[in-house]
Order: sequence, then C-alpha cells, then structure tokens
Amino acid sequence: MGTLTEEILTNKLGREVHSGDIIITDVDYVMSHDTTTPLIINALDALNKGPWNPDKAVVVFDHIVPAPSIKAAMLQKKVKSFVNQSNISNFYQEGVCHQIMVEKHFALPGAVIVGADSHSCTHGAVGAFSTGMGSTDVAVAYATGKTWLKVPETIQLLTEGKFAEGVYPKDLILEMVRRVGADGATYRALEYTGETAQNMSVEERMTLTSMAVEMGAKAGMVQADKITMEYTGGQGNPIHPVNPKYQQTLEFQAEDIVPKIAAPHRVDNVHDIDQFTDLNVDQVFLGTCTNGRLSDLEVAAKILKGQKIHPETRMVVVPASQSVLKEAYLRGYIDIFTEAGAVVPNPGCGPCIGRHQGVLAPEEVALTTMNRNFQGRMGSPEAEIYLGSPATIAYSAIKGKIADPREVQV
Amino acid sequence: MTNVWVFGDDVNTDEIIPGRYNVTTDEQELAQHAFYEVCPEFSEQAQTGDIIVAGKNFGCGSSREHAPIAIKGSKVKAVIARSYARIFYRNAINIGLPILEVPDLINVTSDDIIEVSFDTGEVTVNGRKYHASRLPPFIRRIIESGGIVEFLRNHDISELENAP
Ligand code: SF4
Repeated sequence: MGTLTEEILTNKLGREVHSGDIIITDVDYVMSHDTTTPLIINALDALNKGPWNPDKAVVVFDHIVPAPSIKAAMLQKKVKSFVNQSNISNFYQEGVCHQIMVEKHFALPGAVIVGADSHSCTHGAVGAFSTGMGSTDVAVAYATGKTWLKVPETIQLLTEGKFAEGVYPKDLILEMVRRVGADGATYRALEYTGETAQNMSVEERMTLTSMAVEMGAKAGMVQADKITMEYTGGQGNPIHPVNPKYQQTLEFQAEDIVPKIAAPHRVDNVHDIDQFTDLNVDQVFLGTCTNGRLSDLEVAAKILKGQKIHPETRMVVVPASQSVLKEAYLRGYIDIFTEAGAVVPNPGCGPCIGRHQGVLAPEEVALTTMNRNFQGRMGSPEAEIYLGSPATIAYSAIKGKIADPREVQV
Repeated sequence: MTNVWVFGDDVNTDEIIPGRYNVTTDEQELAQHAFYEVCPEFSEQAQTGDIIVAGKNFGCGSSREHAPIAIKGSKVKAVIARSYARIFYRNAINIGLPILEVPDLINVTSDDIIEVSFDTGEVTVNGRKYHASRLPPFIRRIIESGGIVEFLRNHDISELENAP
C-alpha cells in the first residue's frame, strides 16, 4: 500500500517500504552525459572499479556537442575512451539525454533510474522512479548497480479539466512551480494526477515531469496507463499507487490556467502573460528536455507558418533529438522555421546552458521554453531570461516582444 | 582573520559556479570562479578557514558536483545554511565538504564571530548557540569515512542500510 514511489520501490526491493525508510535499491539504468561523466570517471578511478554492467549504462553527449572549444573536446575525448574501454554500447550523440532515455525506452514503467543530471526526473513521465544525482553518487551506482535513497513523501498535484485555446502543459507546470515554490517539494516526490495529466501524451507529460526538480523534488511521476503502454510498445511494469497517503494535495483547474511567464531570475517568479506583453525580446529559443519535442515544434510551426520573425529578434530551434528533427523535417516544420528566419542547430541542449548556439550579451532579453531562468545560465549574467510555452515563444518571435498566443488562431 | 561570507535564500548552482566554467574538474580552477557573478570578491579574497553562511535551499538547480567542489577548492572551513537543495546536500557529503544545516539561523552578518563544532553540531554566533540538524547514522558513517568513495574502498554499500 502506498504512493507510486512506495509501490515502485516496494516492487524493486521485494519487501514493503514506506516514506522515511532509508533503503539500498538496485537500479535498472544509470545515465550520464558529456559534462557529468568526467567526474564519474575520476570517482570510478578512485574506487578502482568500472561499470558493474556496461549494458545498464547509458552515456549521452548532449550538453555541448559538437565541442565548441579545445577544453570541451578534451573532456569528450576522455569520456569517449572511457565508454570504449568499459564496453558501454548505449552511447549516443543525437539529442538531449532525457529525451534519449525515454524515446529509446531505457526509461520504462516501474523502473528505477539514476541520472547524473538534475532533470533525470523527466523520465517519470512513463511511470518510472528516476532521480538526478551528482557525479559521485552516480559513480557509486555505476560501480555497484545500487544506490541509497531515503524513500520520499509525495505531494499530489491534481489537475482536472481541459486547457483553453492557446494554453499548454508548460503554462500549467509554471503555475505549479509558482504555487509550490522553488524549494516547496525538496526531498519529496511529485505525482501529477487527474484528468488533465491522464489525457496528455507522454511528450506532454515530460514537460510536467522535467520541471519537478524546479520545485526541489527528488522525482516527478505520472502513473503508467494505456497511453504509456502504447508508447513503450507494451514494455515495462505499469505499477499503480495503492491507497496512497499523500503528504499534501494541491488542486488545479485546467480551464483557469492562462499563458504564464516565469520572469528573471527565479523559476517560481511566475505571472500571467499580460504583465509582460510588449517587452522587447532579443532571442527566442525553442527546445530542451522540457519543450523540444515534436508536439512542441508542431505548435510553433503552426504559428510561424508563412510568417517572418521580427527583424530585431533571433530565433533558435533545437529539436530534442535526431528522431524529432527527422520527423519535423518530413512534416515540413523545419522548412517553416528556416523560411521564417530561425536557425536550427543540431539536436542537443543547444543554448540552454549558455555555452554555444545562442549565448546572450549583457542586457539582452531572451524568451525561451527552458526550465530554468537563473542568472547567467544563457551567457551574460546581465542578460534576462523569461520562460514560456512553445506557442508563446513562437508568437513572440513574430512580434519581437512578449505576445499572448491566444491572439492567434492555429 | 576568519571571513564570514553571507548569502541569501535559494543560491543556485549556476551562481555557485556558472555553467560556462564547468569545462574542468580541477578543484583549484573551479574555485577561481566560485560565486563569480553574485560575489566576485569571494574567489579573490576567500581564505582557508572562512565560513559560508546561507539561507534556505542552498545549492538548488543543476546536479553539477562542480558546485561543492568549487567551494571545497576555496578551502572554507564550513558551509552553514538553513536548508540545502537535495542534490547539493548529497554531493557535498559524498565529496567531504563540511556542511551543516541550522534551520533557525537568521540575521547573520559578515561582521559576526562564528564558531563551529562538527563534533557536537553546535554553531555559535556572537556567543549565541544554535544546533545543527542531526545527521542520520549512515550519513555520519559516510562523513567519518571521508566521503562515499573512501567508504566504498573498505566496505560494501549494503552496510550503509543498517549503519549503527
Ligand atoms: S536541455 Fe537544458 S535542462 Fe535539459 S538536460 Fe540539457 S542543459 Fe539540462
């Protein structure tokens, strides 16, 4: 009997566990990327160990690929030779690590996953328990196939109803972050429940789960259902909560949600869009593990079709993975973006961490679909980052200023 | 002379070490950019034995271990915060950065005289005593071993579960 987290971990351990218990659990997969793996290698060297099972490790180059500097190239070279020496065959450089984990079905319902990236909570969209940890913790999981955890309590985020035109899962999650606060779910798990989440595709659910960590949470999950099992092709164990005791339940009504903006420099500094309309924007960025998927590109393409981006604004579109890029290309979205004047670099994290493909100058304003608007994240610390939905950023790109996507018919 | 570096609530890992300086794993090099944007003086003036005092949710944001490593590289004696973000907290313990959580600590200024005892968990600010949150036994076990890597050199991970 328990929350989704308790049920998944109970299943994994083969004995009943409850929130507050400190457990050692086996993990199904360990994931790390180009920036976090070098420290993992150092820790594994210190332990004098390699991966306990190379087939259970996934290494993705996504953060700064292809390398834009000699230093980054040297680190990647080091990681690549670790991958080769350790016989890790799950090595990818074709998109954001979390997208790869879900899209290639490493993340499956009922799985326990540890990732060396804070947004590993994204994988919870398929009903997995996945959590982000630092390199040393992940190195321990690499070396032993196990990790220690304090079984978290759970906050239920319950949403009923349907969104109005022009309103998207990103607007809902921004409202959730506002209400919970940047540390309101620290040490807790989040379960997104109710009709609204149940009606979402796995892609849309990933927008919700990726931002669980923005509330401090250990994991963010949507329980696996028919939609999930269709997505995974029947793979995985769709575990359900059983008479769960939530620490807290917050209710949301989809109809009440309007397009939202998170203003600098805090993710929980969220307001209705009308407070910012007319603010000039130098750069818009569509992409990331939060909003770089086909459905996100589709919304933006519909708005940008036959339109031109404002001459004072640049737009960067980074598909979350090669397969997203391929499909977007087949559907004509990439044509729409390039004809509108956007730049479409290779799939990956893109300018999300301010190292390439759209770094901001002092006093520049960016409007992005990212999950974080921290000072300095996208380049100059004197730049400002606003967060919004793919529809909001696409329409704003045309206007050259923050604009309400409810004004356009798509 | 011990400096006390005071920070507010929700100091995130991008503020501790901006992402663009993460292209190294070297402790000293990372320390040169610690708090580069929010407190540029820190990397120039911080010295061995200094103390960092922060508010709630210290270290929120990315999982980058570069953040506690950068602080460790600056040789501070202790980090004291009202609370920590989860991943930062684990990272700090794993690498052996001395941190304490003191929930009721408020109104500390850089002029205050602070004493810290890791043995008793007692923090004294201008003579006033505060108590750090008690660490679970298995975390103490990790810290006593000098970090998780050191622990695992001599022990099996399953020993943590029932640490006395
Ligand atoms: S897209 Fe951004 S938030 Fe997501 S993993 Fe990459 S850097 Fe992190």
